[in-house]
Amino acid sequence: MAYKLLGKDFTPPDITAKVTGRAKYSEDFRVEGMVYARLLTSPMPHAKVVNIDASAALAMKGVYGVLTADDVPAQPIPNKSILTNEPMYVGEPILAVAAETDQLCMDAIDAIKVELEPLDFTVDPLQSLYPGGPNARSDGNIAGRKQGAPYVKETKWSARDFASAEEGQLPMGPAEDEWLYGDLEVGFDDSEYVFDESFITQGLSHHALEPRSCLSYWQNGKCFVHGSSQSQSFVMPGLAAYVGVEMKDLVFIAEFCGGGFGAKGVAYTEMAIPAFMSKKINRPVMLRISRAEEYGLGCARPGFQGRLKMGFAKDGRVKACDLYIIQENGPDTGMNDYMSAADALSLVYTPENMRFRGIPVSTNTPPRVPQRGPGQNQIACVVEPLLDKAATALGISRLDIRTVNTPDNATLYGPRKGKVTSAYLKEAYLKGAEDFGWEERLKLSGQRNGSKVIGIGLGSAYHSAGYSGFDGLVVITPEGKLNIHNGVGNLGTYSHTSTARVAAEVLKMEWDDCTVLRGDSRKHLPWNLAQFGSNTSYTMTRTNYVAAVDAVNKLKQIAATDLGGAPEDYDIDGKNVFATADASKSMSYAQAAQRAVELGGALSGQEAPEDLNPMTKASVAGVAGSGLVGVAKDTLAQEGTVPAFAVGFMQVEVDLETGKYEVTDYTGVADCGTVLHPQGLAQQIKGGAVDGIGLAGYERHVYDPQNGLPACVGLNASKLPTILDVPSTMNASAVEIADPMNPVGARGIGEPVQGCAAAALLSALSDALGGHYFNRVPVMPDMIVNASMGREQSHNPLQVNTF
Amino acid sequence: MAKDMMQPFELYQPDTLDNALSLAERYGAEGWLMSGGNDSLDWFKDRAKRPVAVIELGGLTDLAGIKAVDGGLEIGAQTTLTEIANSDLVRENFSVLADAAARVASPQIRNASSIGGNVCQDARCWYYRDGLDCYRAGGTTCYADTPEGMNREHCLFGADRCVAVSPSDTAPALVALDAEFVISGSAGTRTVAAGDFFIGPDIDIERMTVLEPGEILTLIKIPATFAGATFYFEKVADRNVWDFPIVNVAAAIKESDGKIEDIRIACAGVECVPKRLTVVEEVVKGSVRDEETAKLAGQSAVRGATPLNFNHFKIPLMENLVVRALRDA
Repeated sequence: MAYKLLGKDFTPPDITAKVTGRAKYSEDFRVEGMVYARLLTSPMPHAKVVNIDASAALAMKGVYGVLTADDVPAQPIPNKSILTNEPMYVGEPILAVAAETDQLCMDAIDAIKVELEPLDFTVDPLQSLYPGGPNARSDGNIAGRKQGAPYVKETKWSARDFASAEEGQLPMGPAEDEWLYGDLEVGFDDSEYVFDESFITQGLSHHALEPRSCLSYWQNGKCFVHGSSQSQSFVMPGLAAYVGVEMKDLVFIAEFCGGGFGAKGVAYTEMAIPAFMSKKINRPVMLRISRAEEYGLGCARPGFQGRLKMGFAKDGRVKACDLYIIQENGPDTGMNDYMSAADALSLVYTPENMRFRGIPVSTNTPPRVPQRGPGQNQIACVVEPLLDKAATALGISRLDIRTVNTPDNATLYGPRKGKVTSAYLKEAYLKGAEDFGWEERLKLSGQRNGSKVIGIGLGSAYHSAGYSGFDGLVVITPEGKLNIHNGVGNLGTYSHTSTARVAAEVLKMEWDDCTVLRGDSRKHLPWNLAQFGSNTSYTMTRTNYVAAVDAVNKLKQIAATDLGGAPEDYDIDGKNVFATADASKSMSYAQAAQRAVELGGALSGQEAPEDLNPMTKASVAGVAGSGLVGVAKDTLAQEGTVPAFAVGFMQVEVDLETGKYEVTDYTGVADCGTVLHPQGLAQQIKGGAVDGIGLAGYERHVYDPQNGLPACVGLNASKLPTILDVPSTMNASAVEIADPMNPVGARGIGEPVQGCAAAALLSALSDALGGHYFNRVPVMPDMIVNASMGREQSHNPLQVNTF
Repeated sequence: MAKDMMQPFELYQPDTLDNALSLAERYGAEGWLMSGGNDSLDWFKDRAKRPVAVIELGGLTDLAGIKAVDGGLEIGAQTTLTEIANSDLVRENFSVLADAAARVASPQIRNASSIGGNVCQDARCWYYRDGLDCYRAGGTTCYADTPEGMNREHCLFGADRCVAVSPSDTAPALVALDAEFVISGSAGTRTVAAGDFFIGPDIDIERMTVLEPGEILTLIKIPATFAGATFYFEKVADRNVWDFPIVNVAAAIKESDGKIEDIRIACAGVECVPKRLTVVEEVVKGSVRDEETAKLAGQSAVRGATPLNFNHFKIPLMENLVVRALRDA
């Protein structure tokens, strides 16, 4: 379908402030009487606070107060605490100090004596599963959520469980979660080729450039919070619960976000600390979070210790798949990456028979939260290189072994035989192969130039990419302008606006006449999903669509009321609503909006639909009487998971003498339905590739097993790739086949664009090394040197926390 | 944990060397000489080092600049790495130093960092940098040299309680050029050969150089010995910018009649000091520079290497870099 705005580039409304430095992030705000707060964090990986002596700090001039775990509400076990008397990782906040200056806060913290009693700790899930192994928590070593309810328990495997695995092979004791479909035995019996490989994927920090500093104060009973957040409306219920206020008494301001990558998707405990401190000392409080602190508080992606057995038919079709994942889960409920990994494997490779088993094991490392492609991107790193291994063993093409297994619109996946709204992964592969010149490039594979050798790789990744049931809200003002109220948040992708343009498209309005209202809960924002999970393109196009359709209907209703006839006799042209049979019977949007105000009722938001979320109802009440109000809940049809797929093709040149390599070319293709914003999509594909190169080849997240200390604090120690480590040019494109379950055909894409590049890099490195498979990410230069020189690796195959 | 907030200190910005020396003497061990600040500020922000006074040397403009002297060079200790990397004087006859300077950290850091600061920088062992009470910090243990220690980036040679390495890119180049370091103190001036300027834990575990409290590195002299020789510098780091070397190599080779007449070759990242590979020099001197010589050089370079649990890859890496220095220079 041809659109006037969709599929066209635009200047995002927040970009000027960003490039000129005028954008105000949470730490940039100042209010009268504001003081600073800093955290005293745990130096131990697991300990009990025996005593806190803050007397010397409190006696210092300019120090206003200390906030401890005793001053804030306890959270349901095993959820993350706001402040704690039993820290469970190095860097967990024990108390906060407020003072006149940031420096004085730290001087005061230096003067506080905290007596800690060390407790057992572990940074290795397998170690915790040993008989008699250490527990990361006092109350157990397995924690998570089931049907939304948190749980904690202790599980130890038997010595026999461990002894039954070969050296270097993952033992597989009793699982916490498991499912099965089909018949594994039959599937493996029917297979021409079977591999059984143990693997490691490392956890990772999110590296958000903006640490989560937060300003809070109270005015007239309302709590104001300036936070660093990917999301807006979705944060409100959780934050209100943390702070202990009703949502109507919470003002949340989050106009800009300096990176989140999943770690700032929902309300987090650190936002509540300045709120409680402010209440305690009766002053506005800026809680300043340092770069180093962000490496703990910012949480991490879970790591996997896993084992994968896959069986293939002669043509590469996956006949059976048996997956076991032990997840490094941090100290609290963690994240369900291991389950998502299994879902992804089931959907992307459509095995005819599959079993999944998994167990999340607590570790004394930072909490585990979503990170770009949580679970899906780890499993892409595991499976894709091994597909190459299988293709080689079967003597078939590495592209064919992928396309023979790709899902399509009829695919039913997972144990529940779930549907998808649409799937064009195969088309993405074929387009990528053409754009990249796959067949020609393969001729370069293994070509030597001195100590350098060329490798060619490919891979895909997936994430579910859309939800439904949220609300849209637009207002046509008596000036004839359109206000699009947007509660999704601002992760930095500009999708807050690319999806808002759907409302303008439906109303046929000029984009210059439209304003996106966002970033502050006082702007009467609707109930929208968070900006996470690759969902915004799908979810928010639907909400903005239904709100705009409601506005169109109201325009026609007003015209019919004033000019005669029935609403269906009228049409719109972007400025006027007019009778299709007699264009002289017309009124402008501005006039209609003025009439909406005069007529009242639902037309101007005096009444709101019953099925709206209470937050949206309150926002409708806030805009009532200001114009023609278009508001609706997204009740559009949806059946099946909304998938986002991406493929990557990569060429590398590996120096066998140094272990260094250069990514010389990259092509990424997205299967994300209708493209809303070409520049935004290209940036996602290319930026995701950089992130994927980091995931597979650079970034480090290491906790010293001796004392639980983080070895990779900061942007330097974490070794995320720099501009000189990634290709200077990359190619990006999309399949561009509309999804039938979205009114404009859009699906999300943000997450798999990382995983596919990571997979393609691993595939290319193994190709360059003549089929050496590391079964581990990241692959670092030392591993390549060891492999190319025929040496053993330094780490054993199941070892975690290795550089 | 890093605190990201300096504690207060007296900041002095002397504009003459005499004033700087006077301040350095006055504060002794409680003073801190700071050049570009890229090494120092981390320590201060983490509150892992808490000097009473910081004496910032950037105002000593007399100590900045590059001069040609007797076929060699004199480089003021306050000369920035960017200036050295871009200097025609350096590039013309001593390009190994320009190449090394150009591979330090990132353009921004090179703009602010001096050659003096680069050779005087402290060890990067992450345990030490974390503020732990290790031997180097005056304590009684080493966290890296243990069965579980994360020691991928630590030493192959010269371990003595501490297993940290020299993190400098310019230091091995200066060793390869037979540079001399001029040091001023209240008692006068002394000149030390590059090979003697850097010290290992066996000599003093809490220092990386011979500089005593109150002394200032003022000048680096490069003799004409290797002017216009064949040079090689290569650095292998995890990243191509903003990273310390895993291993680097610097070589200066003089050839005549198709044979290696004289050579200096040194590596950083393998020992607490930039390691001059005198055995390699002896092995290859007088030989034709060919594959066989390069191979022998590589093998000789790593003899006696004693790897830790996670750094044995440095043995083939160092061997390969030495091979490349001889083969590809």
